[in-house]
Amino acid sequence: MSKFSKKKSGELPPVSTASLPDIVFMLLFFFMTVTVMKDSSLKVENVLPNANEIKKLEKKDRVIYIYVGKPTQEFQKVFGSEPKIQLNDKFANPSAVGDYILAERAKKSEDLQNVLTTSLKVDKNANMGLISDIKQELRKVNALKVNYTTYDGDAFRNLQ
Amino acid sequence: MSKRTNGQNVNAGSMADIAFLLLIFFLVTTSIETDVGINRMLPKLEKNPIIADVFERNILRVLIDSQGQLLVDDVLIELTDLRQKAIAFLDNGGFTYDHPAYCGYCKGERDPNSSDAPSKAIISLSNNRETSYEAYISVQYELLRAYGYLRNRAAQRLYQKDYATLESEYKDPTITIEEAERLKSKIKNIQELFPLKLTELETK
Repeated sequence: MSKFSKKKSGELPPVSTASLPDIVFMLLFFFMTVTVMKDSSLKVENVLPNANEIKKLEKKDRVIYIYVGKPTQEFQKVFGSEPKIQLNDKFANPSAVGDYILAERAKKSEDLQNVLTTSLKVDKNANMGLISDIKQELRKVNALKVNYTTYDGDAFRNLQ
Repeated sequence: MSKRTNGQNVNAGSMADIAFLLLIFFLVTTSIETDVGINRMLPKLEKNPIIADVFERNILRVLIDSQGQLLVDDVLIELTDLRQKAIAFLDNGGFTYDHPAYCGYCKGERDPNSSDAPSKAIISLSNNRETSYEAYISVQYELLRAYGYLRNRAAQRLYQKDYATLESEYKDPTITIEEAERLKSKIKNIQELFPLKLTELETK
């Protein structure tokens, strides 16, 4: 009997948590690499259309973003549910786009000012009238390089 | 001595908490954003608009109406057929054999009522104010793919490579300057064979 009583009672050894930090760090690095810092919080719905065989945008410092879409739920009471333009953190009219581009361009260093791209992040349900207005404004300030930013996906899915 | 080698274990239990804190911070402050899209150049705004004389047969009119329906040269078609239609139009090569601008590399039907040569063919895209952005992008994209297909064909014939491969090789920072120059001239060459003449200006 004494032979058996030596054995420990049913207690399990504690699970080693030594590898937990490693796992969490791995997750952390994953998120650090695949995400980018938010520069402005979105106030519009922004579900982009799909397209594949697309070009990657250039370096981030050469891009000016313009968001278009329906105001999100919380802003709909004030701004209505028609698609709106968001520049930085504010809603704006199409006529303000030109000034915004000029102001953003002035912020960039001189050698970048000629190679700027305007990234249009437009919700897929927005209508083209607003986009045409924006394009006209962009032409007025000679910001001709645009990128219709999309998700990477099959374009035919857009029509379903 | 033995104490030194053994050392005391540092308690790593709080390490996980710190890492979690960092992780949550990054989750909150970042977002997964796309940075891909369709690159286009807008036309310059001219004070005195230049009026170009173009034969009607050299223009393919694509209109997207407010319901997202497609009218190509006043015929209603499906989006899935648009690419084929655009390729047929661009690749037509309607000039006769003895014409100086005869398109030797075109494989189209050589219909005299369609475009004369790829360098002359213009696709005119227009839309309604009520057209949805989604439909517009789909059409824009299908048309660009038609150009892509033809450019790929030319690149395969001349250099046994896809056009996209040439472009990505050109952008590769590790290539030598001579190599870059050669690739650049190849890309230029193909772009001249099938120039991107996709306009959203008014055509009458």
